[in-house]
Amino acid sequence: MQQAAGKRRRRKPFPTHIFVFLLPATLIYTVFMVFPLVDSLRLSLFTPGPQGEAMFVGLQNYVTLMTDELWADRFWGALRNNFTFFFIVMFVQNPLGLLLASLLHTRTLRWRASYRTLLFMPTMLSFVLVGFIWQLILSPLWGISEGLMSMVGLEQFFRPWLGLEGPALAALSLITVWQFVGIPMMLFYAAMLGIPDDLIEAAHVDGATNWTVFWRIKFPLILPTVGIVTILTYVGNFNAFDLIYTTQGALAGPNFSTDILGTLFYRTFFGFQLQLGNPTMGATVAGMMFLIILTGVLLYLFGWQRRIQTYDF
Amino acid sequence: MFKNTKQPVGPHVFLIAYSLVVLFPIILILINAFKARKAIFNAPYLPPLPDTFSLAGFETVFARSNFPLYFVNSLTITLVSIFLILLTGAMAAYALSEYRFPGNTLLGLYLALGIMIPIRLGTASILSIIVAMGLVNTRTGLILVYTAMGLPLTIFVLQQFMRQVPRELKEAARIDGASEYRIFWLIVPLVRPAIATVAVFVMIPIWNDLWFPLILASGERTKTVTLGTQVFLGQFVTDWNAVLASLTLAMIPILILYMLFSRQLIRGITSGAVK
Repeated sequence: MQQAAGKRRRRKPFPTHIFVFLLPATLIYTVFMVFPLVDSLRLSLFTPGPQGEAMFVGLQNYVTLMTDELWADRFWGALRNNFTFFFIVMFVQNPLGLLLASLLHTRTLRWRASYRTLLFMPTMLSFVLVGFIWQLILSPLWGISEGLMSMVGLEQFFRPWLGLEGPALAALSLITVWQFVGIPMMLFYAAMLGIPDDLIEAAHVDGATNWTVFWRIKFPLILPTVGIVTILTYVGNFNAFDLIYTTQGALAGPNFSTDILGTLFYRTFFGFQLQLGNPTMGATVAGMMFLIILTGVLLYLFGWQRRIQTYDF
Repeated sequence: MFKNTKQPVGPHVFLIAYSLVVLFPIILILINAFKARKAIFNAPYLPPLPDTFSLAGFETVFARSNFPLYFVNSLTITLVSIFLILLTGAMAAYALSEYRFPGNTLLGLYLALGIMIPIRLGTASILSIIVAMGLVNTRTGLILVYTAMGLPLTIFVLQQFMRQVPRELKEAARIDGASEYRIFWLIVPLVRPAIATVAVFVMIPIWNDLWFPLILASGERTKTVTLGTQVFLGQFVTDWNAVLASLTLAMIPILILYMLFSRQLIRGITSGAVK
């Protein structure tokens, strides 16, 4: 065996093993993910002709989506809601995840495993379950939220948040935070575990407080994870369709106030109630989402990841 | 190590408080699922007592839907997908992290694109492919789509962890005459914590997905727990007992699985993190 391998190395044969390693994943990924995405983008450049045949129209569908009075309001509204949703989740969920991770990483803390298990639990549940659970808890019929608020004397501030145009989107974002805070927490915590103990010990011996250790040692070392968490949040918010579909329906009520690109895509593509499905316009909405996501990803890759210093221990 | 050390009060207070925020909604649903309708509204915070105990909701769920079948479907789809994702993903990640070959970076980027781009955007074409393959309303169709969906993140993360495995280790194995395939199987256990983490991250969206079961496999025989619950909740939205019972039935298996699985996951991450 040793000799055979030695010979193989000397002769440098064609590296079959590289292909064997790469082929299965690349094949499945290409057929069921990349090809459909590209094909869908192609579809967005067509429109059904009078006989139902596909007619090439270039970027006309995109112009229609952004300027036609039937489409523009819905599109720009959904886009704005998408970004509102992202910013709320980004600036509530991720700082909270970082805080929980660093508390878990406190030296000498006991019951870490129990805390982690508990805090990550809602992430395991589906949007359908979480959406319904919170719908019940926020429901004025059951009166749980109202009851809890009256215990601390705040009952006059209770509103059926999911049913009001103003706060519905914020309420849904916070439900998402409740569900997914475990993910940034896990990522940050895993990154902190990668920091050598002696580095932290040394700082503590030198008299550094937990606060200093966090900002001067831990945080700079987990910066790459901050970037990953940000981009995952950005992309993830384009998947929030399930939650809104479950709690508000495909029409993303009240009065489209929770409509995001995902629900707009669904309604456009498959049709809803009296509206007929329109595959080419649906593909156009998907194409816009693709462009928006791609912009964010490129900003991350070239504006952030390239400048960030990673340390190997 | 931690015995007899002073416990930090601040972190414990905050962590316990936040744990309550997490637990409260879940426990509230669980206890009320076993109560009669009147008690659900009159005393929602009390656990089911002998005079308020009722299984009416569960009776409705079992009479009107096929929960055990949904559960088997979800379990089959998730486990087979995870197995395929981890095996093929680890292989690709290993090749990308270990070998210098023309197009390495480009292929890495190509495979990573899928982390960023939700697979749903290609739903129209996925549906036509699945129709063309005759896999509508089959678990196989869902498994193939989910495998494609989980691969990018798996490859991306495992690649980074595999890079951290000391080069000397692989070189030593090579000098000892191990084949490239053998070295791969030597490296895999070293990144086990990363694999466990990735498995959880990839498993959750598969188990919980509503979109693809709705579009590709909405038939009664292939319904997943998520889709089954969604359809059931939509039909019985005013029957509080049935709603709470179906939420409980959908939650309990995943919570039990999670409790069993998370211990291993946490042990893996805390004891064997690759440094």
